[in-house]
Amino acid sequence: MIEYLISAEFYQIMLFWLYSTILIGAALAVVTMRNSIYSALFLILCFFSAAALWMLLEAEFLALTLVLVYVGAVMVLFLFVIMMLDIKIKPKSGMSNYTKVGLLVALLMGIEMVMLLGKKLVGVLPQDDLVKHVQGHSNVKEVATSLYMKYTLPFELASVVLLVAIIAAILLTLRRRDDYNIVNPESQVHVKAKDRMRVVKMDAERGNYIGGEE
Amino acid sequence: MIWDQIWMVIWTLLKIVAIVLPLIIVVAYLTYAERRVIGFMQGRMGPNRVGLFGFKLWGLAQPFADTVKLLLKEIIFPANANKFLFLMAPVITLATAFAAWAVVPFADGLVLADINAGLVYILAMTSLGVYGVIIAGWASNSKYALLGALRSAAQIVSYEIAMGFALVGVLIAAGSLNLTTIVHAQSGGIFSWFFIPLLPLFVIYFISGVAETNRAPFDVAEGESEIVAGFHVEYSGAAFALFFLGEYANMIMISSLTAIMFMGGWYSPFSGDSWIAQPSILWFFMKTGFFLLLYLWFRATFPRYRYDQIMRLGWKIFIPICIAWIMVVATVKVYRPDWIGG
Repeated sequence: MIEYLISAEFYQIMLFWLYSTILIGAALAVVTMRNSIYSALFLILCFFSAAALWMLLEAEFLALTLVLVYVGAVMVLFLFVIMMLDIKIKPKSGMSNYTKVGLLVALLMGIEMVMLLGKKLVGVLPQDDLVKHVQGHSNVKEVATSLYMKYTLPFELASVVLLVAIIAAILLTLRRRDDYNIVNPESQVHVKAKDRMRVVKMDAERGNYIGGEE
Repeated sequence: MIWDQIWMVIWTLLKIVAIVLPLIIVVAYLTYAERRVIGFMQGRMGPNRVGLFGFKLWGLAQPFADTVKLLLKEIIFPANANKFLFLMAPVITLATAFAAWAVVPFADGLVLADINAGLVYILAMTSLGVYGVIIAGWASNSKYALLGALRSAAQIVSYEIAMGFALVGVLIAAGSLNLTTIVHAQSGGIFSWFFIPLLPLFVIYFISGVAETNRAPFDVAEGESEIVAGFHVEYSGAAFALFFLGEYANMIMISSLTAIMFMGGWYSPFSGDSWIAQPSILWFFMKTGFFLLLYLWFRATFPRYRYDQIMRLGWKIFIPICIAWIMVVATVKVYRPDWIGG
């Protein structure tokens, strides 16, 4: 018993339960918080806990990428937008119609997932054994092999689709306005000192100092 | 069995203390060096009075006097500020600034956690620092703080992209995400260091690092003449000291990373068998110190950028150059693999 309590497996399982509890708690807080800033911050906590779970799966590259992309970039922009908005903290109220519809959808989705997992995937799901790779196993290499050797074409296609989406999004929001004066940065950068000012060379003059010897 | 594990935990904690404690002392003396160096560059004296036991010692005790002063001051909470987030923000800044040090190799084998994806870990940790700024700006319930936070967030997110791309060049050249392996790929004298084949990326990385740490000439987030002090305008006492500590720890971080990625880390610039050509932690410290000096030099000599110019520099100049040079590096790596990174 004491052997099990000090074993690495035990701590791994404990960590799994800890992080999944935080993950589910934070996910609930995202939808129940009445202040949207708190919701966003709890969403960050969600991503963090999910990254920690991936760490436990020994997928350190994916976990760090999750933190880098979602926490480091996407959520920053989210917070950015939320802070610019005029936030009104909703007063406590009873169950609104949205909540009722939401609960119905959640219930349906829950039933669907139970049906799928319980019926079809029960033999495929891993039991309670932990993921363990041999010493020197590189998750980075594994990701690279599947992305750039196994699934090269789909991966490249997906990136092209994303690029098109980025360009489309930029074009949708890009508009030229004629009603304000914008200075072309090119002309600003290329400005020379002699365009703006004239240096005058002149001899020093003798001034008349009041009340003193020179 | 159980003692082995307990000892491992204690040993790791000791190693963390051995990194963090010197780091804090270096931060303290960096503030002193900053004031003295900028004073020297601008023909002033800088702090030269505070000494110990009646000796002036060129003002060497100044950082301790400043620390004691900051710790003894009252922390003032603005009206209607969110107290919890207000206090969390400096903690987040400091924690992320320290966490990134876990994977920095000081010398061959002298690293706390030698993980495979070290470069991604560094990028992830440095990208988290922006939360301290944003949360501080929002929780302060102040216009200036919020404006400073928004400026800073936009700036950090923009320059992170250029920084990340510059590091992509490094990882192509070294063929690894592990920081120790990246340094090993630069062995063999000054001409093997990555700053020669990756010169544009090197320059972009360091300038983006200056922008990322909100230092002059990119310090619009705390532009005194426009928004007082930006995101930390409402902070005082120990909470302000934590922001200060985090900012300077980040400066040291960027400097040491530049030394590791582009200047060969702990390797000597000389080649051969003499004592001066031996790799040593001192070389690493010297290179880091040089980049820290550059930080101070920038601050002493450059006027502040205008905000739209900062954005233009990041998006329209740095990122295209980075992408083009990554293509060049990748092509060279495929067709002439012996040219870069041994």
